[in-house]
Amino acid sequence: MSRSPSPLIVGLTLLIAVLAGASLAIGPARIPLATAVEALVSDRGAASIVVREIRLPRTLLALMTGWILGLAGAGLQGLLRNPLADTAVFGAPQASAFGAVLVIYSGLVGTLSWALPFAAIAGALLSIALVVAVAGRSATIVVLVLAGLAVGSLAGAGTSLAISLSPNPFAVTEIVFWLLGSFEDRSMTHVLLASPFILLATILILSAASGLRALALGEETALSLGVGVARLRGLIVAGAAIGTGACVAVAGSIGFVGLVAPHLVRPLIGYDPARTLVPAGLAGAALLLAADCAVRLIPSAGEVKVGVLTALLGVPFFLWVIARRKAELAETPA
Amino acid sequence: MTRLEAHALSVDLGNRRVLDRVGLSLVPGRLTAIVGPNGAGKTTLLRALAGLQPPGEGDVTLDGVSVSRMPATACARSIAYLPQGGGVAWPLPVLSVVALGRLPHGERPEALSGRGREAVETAIRSVGLEGFEGRPVTALSGGERARVLLARALATQAPVLLADEPVAALDPRHQLIVLDRLKALARDGATVAVIMHDLTLAARFADDILFMQQGRIAAFGSPEEVLTEERLASGFGIAARVLREAGRVVVVAEGPLPRA
Repeated sequence: MSRSPSPLIVGLTLLIAVLAGASLAIGPARIPLATAVEALVSDRGAASIVVREIRLPRTLLALMTGWILGLAGAGLQGLLRNPLADTAVFGAPQASAFGAVLVIYSGLVGTLSWALPFAAIAGALLSIALVVAVAGRSATIVVLVLAGLAVGSLAGAGTSLAISLSPNPFAVTEIVFWLLGSFEDRSMTHVLLASPFILLATILILSAASGLRALALGEETALSLGVGVARLRGLIVAGAAIGTGACVAVAGSIGFVGLVAPHLVRPLIGYDPARTLVPAGLAGAALLLAADCAVRLIPSAGEVKVGVLTALLGVPFFLWVIARRKAELAETPA
Repeated sequence: MTRLEAHALSVDLGNRRVLDRVGLSLVPGRLTAIVGPNGAGKTTLLRALAGLQPPGEGDVTLDGVSVSRMPATACARSIAYLPQGGGVAWPLPVLSVVALGRLPHGERPEALSGRGREAVETAIRSVGLEGFEGRPVTALSGGERARVLLARALATQAPVLLADEPVAALDPRHQLIVLDRLKALARDGATVAVIMHDLTLAARFADDILFMQQGRIAAFGSPEEVLTEERLASGFGIAARVLREAGRVVVVAEGPLPRA
């Protein structure tokens, strides 16, 4: 019927492999790519320590978070039948960060506790549920974005409050830098912490795939085609919230990957929302791997945070999509 | 044979009773036009018949089996439903949109069975959209898009087809083409019900006319029986002349009547 996805998926997978190799080889310590790969599989002394304990977690986290953010973005865009949907539009990352900050701030647990992802996921779920509840099911994108803005701002204010009330200036610095979003100084513990949630989110979103195509014709038609729309909505919203929460818990807030990734693959794969999912996830992984390599190469005193870079690139892209599609956005119901 | 029946069907939306103890039986081989003023409950009736609106009281049955108790896909295979003025969110090609009609048969658009492909091709042909298969549906005119969506409903090849104003957006030529197609579908043994506002067209194509008024069935029968000047006056609040020429019923609306 239409083009097969495999060439694109193969291409993106190869791109990810190359970027992952680069991610292992790039850093303050000069390690050639061949040595880096060898150091990964066999003991090469200091190189092995650098590659396995410093760079590998970083590579894996960039890959995992990029994958799930891209997948969640494509899932939400399909669900809401709107190319501007993203977890960030729902204020989910901010709410997620607020949940995580509360946990860190409460001092009960450190940044490596299982409480952190759960708090971050709860924050994300709450924000998406709140936005959907306030905006209603047949809300226009304008109402949706406004509700998301409000929820995101509220969560942001909560985070600011927690920071300003913090008695410990070191904790404040730690929270602020963590909020900026980065894969710096992460360990395999972070990878293990995030993986089960990212896996679960992946399963939830992918299991909704086939229903998403019917949803392109509207909820009523999807229902009449035998698609369980309520179940579909639950799967994608839960998947997006769990994925976002897991990412925020280990990498702080990294926005706009989910918005951009589906747009990058659509010219190549077409607009079928079900077929956009996996390529968008792969594109998200490639994007974040590339961004995380870039922040290590940009000459600066400290490392530029990857979350700052994705926002700097993502926001202009967001504006460009709005400018291009403003006519239809005015009347598109979400 | 597929008989779709409503038994003392009532539906409340908010505090308003939209359908009030509606009883009807739609039988195979007949095209039924559902007419009535705005807010009479036509769309709600069609949605309830399609199993999309849970009945408040009463029941909808398909060959005696309650529609609300049927599995969603079984229901979707038996009853094709075309909502009013549906849009398509993404610039999907016409072929992919029509192929979505095969979803109830467990066929994905990119992996249609031989029978599925044939159903999709027949549906596209029957609404006169050959050559449009690869065009993005968002780039089509309103009338073309309406025909794509009808083709989607036809591609399911369900024994029952319920369509909410399928010809409202079409030009006269395509209104005739589409209604001819729906009539042929009924002749081939399908149960077809269509909401319409053009009474002359309804009279010309429908075997039966179901006249809805304030959530109730005001009249059900042949166009000659149902479409009378008195009923148009009481139902629509219009002065109309009903001309009967050479076996045809032509409704000429003269003007609105003052509210009683």
